[in-house]
Amino acid sequence: MSIPVEHVVVLSALLFLVGAVGALVRRNVIVILMCIELMLNAGNLALVAFNRVWSATAEGAALHDGQVFVMMVIAVAAAEVAVGLGILLALVRNRDSLNVDDVSLLRW
Amino acid sequence: MSFEALLFYAFGFLALFSALAMVCFVRHVVAGAMSLVVTMVSLAGIYVLLHAELVAVVQILVYAGAIVVLFLFVIMLLDLRDGGLGAPPRGQNLVKGVGVGGTVLIGAWLVASLSGVFAVEPLSAALPDGFGGHRAMGLALYGDKVLLVELSGLVLLAAIVGAVVLAMRGSE
Repeated sequence: MSIPVEHVVVLSALLFLVGAVGALVRRNVIVILMCIELMLNAGNLALVAFNRVWSATAEGAALHDGQVFVMMVIAVAAAEVAVGLGILLALVRNRDSLNVDDVSLLRW
Repeated sequence: MSFEALLFYAFGFLALFSALAMVCFVRHVVAGAMSLVVTMVSLAGIYVLLHAELVAVVQILVYAGAIVVLFLFVIMLLDLRDGGLGAPPRGQNLVKGVGVGGTVLIGAWLVASLSGVFAVEPLSAALPDGFGGHRAMGLALYGDKVLLVELSGLVLLAAIVGAVVLAMRGSE
């Protein structure tokens, strides 16, 4: 492939930045959860890119550590979204609101 | 510019644009979920270009398939008439977001340019046979890393139990 790995990493960093700023700026719980998914995806992209660079050991055996890590991140993301949406439903049931500003009990 | 590079930049701009649309422009959460699908599918295309075929397939199955559908189910349950987004972001939040984003961007650029951390080897043309395919990935996952797979199964089980408990509470 003729793409320098720097460009893939910069794309990953920009996607992470969009997700992080979105999680800070938006006040809607669903959008914040989607922004967290976006950040996890940006991390996955960097892992895949670096696995592409270091794709074999010195002896020539294939190395898939980065892609195995991506699988684990995907599993954790699925778990996170299941629990997060459960919390969201409990929030709507108790407060009838999707705004995180209405849930400030534990805020300093 | 080769065809592969062209595809990479096209997918990259698509992913970035739809992510920005999700954060900035969207007026309804369903539209936000749809632009999240576009981001996920573009990233899957980039994974294919990076020779991570199995990860690309799993990305589409799990993210674009399961996770976004879960989001859409919850959005349907909530019955949002006003698009669910309420008032636009307040000025204070915008300042906070732009400040944090700018600081991180400038800091990352400084670190990268000063330390030369990006001076890695170029992408080698030669790859091991079947790199990133289902056979190689299966051997990697279920070989010496099988404990990781079982642990992630445990994490998913805990998440299922937690989600069921959260959904049941208050309905009795």
